[in-house]
Amino acid sequence: MSQYILRRLLIAVPSLLGISLVLFVVLALAPGDPFSELATNPNVPPEVGAALRAKFGLDDPIYLRYVHWLSAMVQGDWGFSFVSRMNVGALILQRVPVTLYVIGSAQLLALVIAIPIGVYAAMRPYSLFDQVANTLAFIGFSLPTFFTGLLFILVFSVKLDWLPFVYTTDIKGTGIAWLGEQIRQAIMPVMVLGLFQAASMTRFVRSAVLDVIRLDYVTTARAKGLGQATVIVKHVLRNAMIPVVTLIALQIPAVFGGAIVTEQIFRIPGIGSLLISSILANDTPVVMAVTFVFAGLVVLFNLIADVLYGWLDPRISLR
Amino acid sequence: MAGLTLASPSAERRTFSPWRETWRRYRRHQLAVISAVLLLVLVVAVVFGPFLWRVGINEIDFNARLEGPSLAHPFGTDDLGQDILARMIYGGRISLAVGLAAMMVSVIVGTLIGALAGMSRGALGHGLMWLTDLFLSLPQLPLLLLLIYLFRDGLKAVFGPEGGIFILIVLVIGGLRWMPVARLVRAQFLSLREKEFVEAARALGASPVRQVVRHILPNALGPVIIAGTIDVAAAIIAESTLSFLGLGFPPDTPTWGRLLFDAKDYLDIAAHWALFPGGAIFVAVVAINFIGDGLRDALDARRVI
Repeated sequence: MSQYILRRLLIAVPSLLGISLVLFVVLALAPGDPFSELATNPNVPPEVGAALRAKFGLDDPIYLRYVHWLSAMVQGDWGFSFVSRMNVGALILQRVPVTLYVIGSAQLLALVIAIPIGVYAAMRPYSLFDQVANTLAFIGFSLPTFFTGLLFILVFSVKLDWLPFVYTTDIKGTGIAWLGEQIRQAIMPVMVLGLFQAASMTRFVRSAVLDVIRLDYVTTARAKGLGQATVIVKHVLRNAMIPVVTLIALQIPAVFGGAIVTEQIFRIPGIGSLLISSILANDTPVVMAVTFVFAGLVVLFNLIADVLYGWLDPRISLR
Repeated sequence: MAGLTLASPSAERRTFSPWRETWRRYRRHQLAVISAVLLLVLVVAVVFGPFLWRVGINEIDFNARLEGPSLAHPFGTDDLGQDILARMIYGGRISLAVGLAAMMVSVIVGTLIGALAGMSRGALGHGLMWLTDLFLSLPQLPLLLLLIYLFRDGLKAVFGPEGGIFILIVLVIGGLRWMPVARLVRAQFLSLREKEFVEAARALGASPVRQVVRHILPNALGPVIIAGTIDVAAAIIAESTLSFLGLGFPPDTPTWGRLLFDAKDYLDIAAHWALFPGGAIFVAVVAINFIGDGLRDALDARRVI
């Protein structure tokens, strides 16, 4: 198992390198030059401009620039945000926990909804329950998160006035009151993201369980006299989860997309809203770094999915 | 001649052409048929709407600000008294056009890469699949935002504000969504290229290009059509998301996502402003997804249970 994890880690490195290369090429191809103002400014002699360019390595060949940029990123030197007046690394570190908290709770909610519904629908394929669940799932993943977010605000904040629609980090109060308020303000964002995820996950779970439930070993388990619950949980679910994990891993980039939108709607101070605000403020170092962090998180979660995969199906880790 | 007559009249089975057979199977999916009608209505409304509903999208009327639906303004008005129905018709043209064009980009790129990877037996195929997997693990929305942020001004200068953004959005959305198509096409090619009819074509001396274009590709199209349909919906959502974040088309272009972006600060006093465009996006997307589901039933003959 540990050898398998190590091998997966080694595979993750080239994909991180590939992603960094894509990002760097995008940045290098983009029009615009950080020193263009110097060139047009009559007060700066051309020699000074040229010296500055040489000092920052802007005239180096492109592969050298890539190596410099990459080694700076690896060493944690992510640049300085001119808008927030602090180091980009520190700024992102401040924002990441909120994003992970929201995404993690949403993912948990999605699993809690999707697994029972998907399994139950697969146990009775084409029944009324299955059809209703299927149709609802279809509607669920056709509703874009930005629209469900607005609908939730309209219903629960404006009309019913139950939940706050702006997320705050400095909640007044301590202890239980603080915790309650913290949960209350996270309900809507987590619901929006979680329900969207649950919709597609339900379909994955249903079709995966449907594939497994007709296999002979399940019939054997039933013939041995095991109860329905044991058969489903211990025999069917474990095997059905293998393709589901893969499909969930493929969905992770979409989850982050949903998180950006949700953070923007509910004004959650995570890295998603940081990305949008720095794009609007032309804060290039932050934009690059946040995109890279998103890419890194995707690779990390794929790695976790791979490890889960090896745990669910030990045959894979032996190969 | 007696030997040619059929044993019994009941053995005579009615046969249908492939297209009729597909339609026959598609028709069984009720929701897909309803969705096709809905989408058709939407397309007709968006294409011919401006000829029937002759209110300008930029006609400002401060006497009718934030009004709910009425006879004069069936979908109400926004904060400048502009007619939301007229703006939605205009925006719908853009949203649907972006969806179709981006789908075309992703299907063309995906088919090309998938076909190349499926036909090559060497390093090229592995390299292309590695590239596909790499693109699959890119975070799409952040990258989309980054690309638009970096290239927006350059293209705007060349093609004008609306044209430049249209080309950019279509290329970027299409360019980040070709991977599923490429995987499908490759998988189809890997199994089809070993089939007897392809072998027969090869034995008759058909060039690789002819084998692909005449024999393999037509048989691999089913899954591509299904994936392409769903891509249209995904592209519409992607474009609306960009507009909703305020980073899509220029502010005066009323795409559906942009209308929602403008409406979100007036939810308490003018909910209709958000509900109509949001509903339009939802109807378009859900209809396209159901059509894709119906096509899956109709085109995928191997579906078991």
